[in-house]
Amino acid sequence: MLSDEVQTLKEVPIFASIEPSKLKLLAFACDRMTYRKGQDLFRQGDQGDAAFVLLSGTANVIVSSASGELTVAEVGRNAVVGEMSILCNIPRTATVRATSKLEALRISQDHFLALTSEFPAVASEIMRTLVTRLSKTTAELVKARLPPTPD
Amino acid sequence: MERSLLRYIWSHTRRQQLWILLVVAASMVPYFLAFDLPKQIINGPIQGNGFEALDARQPFFRVVYDLPLIGRAEVFSGIDLNRQQMLMALSTTFLLLVLINGLFKFYINTYKGRLGERMLRRIRFELVDRVLRFPPKHFKRLKSAEIASMVKDEVEPLGGFTGDAFVLPALLGGQALTTLGFIIVQNVWLGMLTAGIVGIQLSIVPRMRRRVLELGRLRQLTAREFSGRVSEIVDGIGAVHSNDTSNLERADIAWRLGRIFSIRYDLYRWKFLVKFVNNLIAQVTPFIFYAFGGYFVLIGKLDLGQLVAVIAAYKDLPSPLKDLIDWDQARQDVQIKYGTVCDQFSVEPLIAQSVHAPASGPTSRLETSIIINNLTLVDDTGARLLDGVSAEIKPNETVALVGAAGSGAEAFAEALARLVWPEFGGITIGDQDLLDMPESITGQRIAYASGEPFLLHGSVMDNLLYGLKNAPRPSATTHNERRIESERYAIEARMAGNVDFSPHGNWIDYQAVGADGLDDLLHKVLPTLDDLQISGDIFGLGLRSTIDTKEQSAVSGRIVELRGSLRKRLVETQLDEMLIPLDFDRYNIQASVGENLFFGTWSRGTSPDLDVITHPCFQRVLNSTGLDHSLYEMGLEIAETTVELFRDVAPQHSFFRRLTFMAAEEIPIYQATLSRCRGLRFEHIPPEDRASIIVLSLAYIEPFHRFGILTEPMMDRVVAARKLFHTDIPDDIANLINRHDPERVTASATVLDNVLFGRIASQVADADAHIQAVVKELFRAAGLYENVLSLGLQFDVGAGGKRLSLAQRQKLNLARALMKRSDFTIFNRPLSALDQRVDEEITRGIVQRRNKAEQASTILWGLSDPRVAQIFDRVLFFQRGSLIGNGTYFELARSNAAFREFLDLPSDHR
Repeated sequence: MLSDEVQTLKEVPIFASIEPSKLKLLAFACDRMTYRKGQDLFRQGDQGDAAFVLLSGTANVIVSSASGELTVAEVGRNAVVGEMSILCNIPRTATVRATSKLEALRISQDHFLALTSEFPAVASEIMRTLVTRLSKTTAELVKARLPPTPD
Repeated sequence: MERSLLRYIWSHTRRQQLWILLVVAASMVPYFLAFDLPKQIINGPIQGNGFEALDARQPFFRVVYDLPLIGRAEVFSGIDLNRQQMLMALSTTFLLLVLINGLFKFYINTYKGRLGERMLRRIRFELVDRVLRFPPKHFKRLKSAEIASMVKDEVEPLGGFTGDAFVLPALLGGQALTTLGFIIVQNVWLGMLTAGIVGIQLSIVPRMRRRVLELGRLRQLTAREFSGRVSEIVDGIGAVHSNDTSNLERADIAWRLGRIFSIRYDLYRWKFLVKFVNNLIAQVTPFIFYAFGGYFVLIGKLDLGQLVAVIAAYKDLPSPLKDLIDWDQARQDVQIKYGTVCDQFSVEPLIAQSVHAPASGPTSRLETSIIINNLTLVDDTGARLLDGVSAEIKPNETVALVGAAGSGAEAFAEALARLVWPEFGGITIGDQDLLDMPESITGQRIAYASGEPFLLHGSVMDNLLYGLKNAPRPSATTHNERRIESERYAIEARMAGNVDFSPHGNWIDYQAVGADGLDDLLHKVLPTLDDLQISGDIFGLGLRSTIDTKEQSAVSGRIVELRGSLRKRLVETQLDEMLIPLDFDRYNIQASVGENLFFGTWSRGTSPDLDVITHPCFQRVLNSTGLDHSLYEMGLEIAETTVELFRDVAPQHSFFRRLTFMAAEEIPIYQATLSRCRGLRFEHIPPEDRASIIVLSLAYIEPFHRFGILTEPMMDRVVAARKLFHTDIPDDIANLINRHDPERVTASATVLDNVLFGRIASQVADADAHIQAVVKELFRAAGLYENVLSLGLQFDVGAGGKRLSLAQRQKLNLARALMKRSDFTIFNRPLSALDQRVDEEITRGIVQRRNKAEQASTILWGLSDPRVAQIFDRVLFFQRGSLIGNGTYFELARSNAAFREFLDLPSDHR
C-alpha cells in the first residue's frame, strides 16, 4: 500500500528531505516488485534502467572477479541499490541477489533523475551517500594494499 | 516513346477511330430526318395540306428519287393513308427516330468511353512498365510521389480526350465548312467577309491560348513538385521533429502554395481574356452583316431574302467554331501534359524487354565461374567507386568481401547484383555479359540481400515468398466459371497492351525450394528462420495475434488443454503466484475492478466502460446489489487521492505514464467534479458525474495502483454482481462480450491470452519473460509450435515493413534471399542493424549450414566485421576502390600489410 511505502521512503536518508505528499507521488509512480530467494534484482555488467529501495527482506551485493564471486555487502530494509549506474549511465558494477523473499520499490531512471533535479536536497544527499561509500572503499583499498601487520 | 499524342493515339486506335467515325456519320441520317419530321407533321395531317377533301388520302413512305439521266424513279409507291392515319404514322416514325437517335448516342458514348479507358490503361501500364525497366542509376534522382502522381493523375485527361481525338474535329469541321459554304453561295462578298473573320478568330485565339497552356504546364510541374515535397515530409517526419525544422517545412510549403496560387491566378486572367476576345470577334460578324449587308440591300445589290438566309446560317456557325477551338485547346493541353510525362519517362538506356521476359520453364543452374574483368564503377557525380578490378568467383566457394565503408567492397557486391552498372569493363558468366542475361536467370539463380531491406505491405509470409514468385504457374484446378472470367480478363488486358496473367493465381515456385506445397515449404523454411534467430520474433507475433477458431482449429482445439498444462507447470515449479487464473467464483486481484465485474473480453477491442455503465441493464445490476454506491465511494477516493497527488505536476511529467485511469488534462475536470459532488448525498449526484467517477473504480487494480481501498468484502460483492450480470444479460451486451470460459476459446482474444486464461502478476519480477518461455516450451511439447509460427507468418508487416524493427526487417530480407536456393548468393552487410555478436553468430550459422548442404551455393559476403572472414574460403580485400588482397584469410593476415593494418583497426569503419 502507498502509505506503507511512504513510511519506508521517509526512513531512507536520501528521501528524508522530501515532503510526504511528494513521496506518495513517487511511490505511486514506482513499481512494487517481489523477488524470490536467490533471484537477482540486477546483474553486474547489464545496462541499468532503475534503482531499487528495499521494503522488506535482505539481499547480497556481489561482485564477480577473476577469483569467483565475492559478496561485498549485505543490505536490508530501507537500503537503496542500483542508483550508481543510472546516475551516470554505466553498466551495473555489481549483482544484487535476494537472500530471502524480498520486496522492493523499483524507481525507473527518468523518475529518479527527475527527482534529483526537482529536489536539490535529494541530489546532495545522494552525493553524501556516495562519498561515504567512496571513502569506505578507499579505506578498504588502503588496508588491502598495506602489508599484513605482524602479530 | 512517341512524342506526339495524336500520333500515339492514332497508332493504337486507328481501326476503332475509323469505325466510330463511320458510326457517327451513319447517325447523322436519322438525326436530320428527325429534324425535318415535325414540319411534315404540322404542315401535313395537322394543318391539312394535301388533305383538303374529306376522304383525301396521301401516300406514306413513298420513296422517289430525281436522278439526272433516268429522270424520276419511284422505288416505293408508299401506303395510302387518310389524315388521322397519317398523323399516327408520322408521329410513330418520329418516336422511332428519337429512339434510334438515343441508341446511337448511347452506343457512340460508351464506345468512346471504352476507347478512352483502354487508352488510359495502356498508357499507365506502359509508364509503370518503363519504371520497371529504368536503369538503376536513374532512381537516385526520382521522387516516388512525383512518379506516382504522374502515372495516376497527370495522364488521366488523356483517356477522356482519346474518344474525341479524331471524331470531334471531323464532325465540327464538317459542320462549320457546310455553313460557310452556304453563306458563300448566298453572297460571295459576305461569305468572304465571314471567312476572313473566322480566319482571324482561328489564328489569334489559339495563339493567345498558347500562354494559357504554358501556364498550365507550369502549374502541372509545380503541383508535382508540391506532392513530392509533401511525401518527403511524411517520410522524413522523424528528422523534421528531431531537428526542429517543422517551421522551415511550413515556410517551404507556404511558398510553394503561393507559387501555385499566382500561377493559377495568372491562368484565370488569361483564360477569361481569351474568352473576351473570342466573344468580341464572334459578335463583330453580325455587325458586319447588319451594316454592310443592309447597305447592299439598300443600294439594291443584295436581295432581302438572301441577307436573312445568310444571317440565319451564321447563327449556326459560331457554335461548331467555338467547339473546334475548345477541342484544339484540349488537344494542346493534353499534348503538353503528355509531353512532360514523356520527358520524365524517356530514359536511356532502358533495360531491354527481353531481359524481363518470363522464363518458359525451369531455369538452368549457373555452373561456371563469374569473371569480373577490369570492372570500373562510377557514382552519380562521376566519382570512382571501383577502379579496374578483375577477379574470378568460382562455383561452390565462399568469398568474404572485406573493406572499410566506401572501400569498394559494397559497390562490388552491388555490381554483381546488377544494381550498379559498370562504367568500363564487365562481368560475365559463361561468356555471357551479366547485364544481357534475362532476369529470369539472374533473379532466380543469384540471390542478393543488403542492409537496406525492402519489404512489401503484406504478411511476413508474403515477404518470405516474394523471391519465389517469378512467373505464373499453371494451376490444375480452375472452375469453368472462373476460367471464362479469366479469359475475358485476358482479352481485355491484351486490347490495352497490358500483360494478361493474373496476380492472384499461383506464382510460388515450390520446386525451386524442393517443396511440394505450402505446408512442406514452411517446414523447409524453419531451419533458416532458426539460423537467423527470427523464429522467436515470429512466434511472438503468432502468440499475440487473435485466433481464428475455424482456420486454426489445430491450435484452438487444444488451447484448453494447454491452459491446464501451463497451470500445472507453474504449480510444480512453485511459481503459480506469477499467474492468477480467471475464475467465475473468485475475484482476480491482478485484473481491474471492471474486468472482474464484466468477466469477459470485449469483441470490439477496448472496453467501452462509459457506454456500459449507462446501460440500463448494468445500472439495474449495480442498483440491486448496492454496488453503485460503493463503487462511487471508491471512485471518489481514487479521484481525491489522484487529484491531490497530481495537482501540481506538469502534464508532460513522466509520472503521468503511471496514471492509467486519468489523462493529465482530465485532472482539472475531475477537480471541478469533486468540488461539485463533495457533501452531496449519493441520490443527488447528477448521473453523468456518477458515471465519470465510477469509471475510475472500474479501472482500478489494487497491486498496481496500491491505494489500499479494495477490501475483501468489496471483492466478494463484485463477484456476486458479476454473477447477477451474467444471469440475465441482454442481447445487445451479450453480443459485445465474450464471457471467460475455462472450457472454451475466446475468439476475440490473442492466442497468448487464451492460453494464460489469467492475469500475470505484474509485481513478480521476471514473471512476463518466464511465462512466455514456459508457453513456448508447452507449444513445442504439444507439437503446435509450427502452427503458432504460421500464425505469426500471417502478421501484416505494414507499409514498407514498418511494423517490424529494422533488425527484424533485415533478418527477413536475408531469409527471403536464402529461400531461393540460388547458385550465387551475394550478401552486402545484410545485418548491419544487429549487435556485432549476433551478426557474427548468424553469419557463421548460415555459412556452416551452406557447407553441409548438398547443392552448395557460392556465397559472396560483404562483412561488417573482418574477423568473421576466417570461415570463408577466400577473402577479397578492398581499399579505396581497388582490390588489393585476394587469398585466404590466413595468407592475407600473414603477408598483406594493408590487411593486417585493417585488422588491427577494425573499428575505424564503424
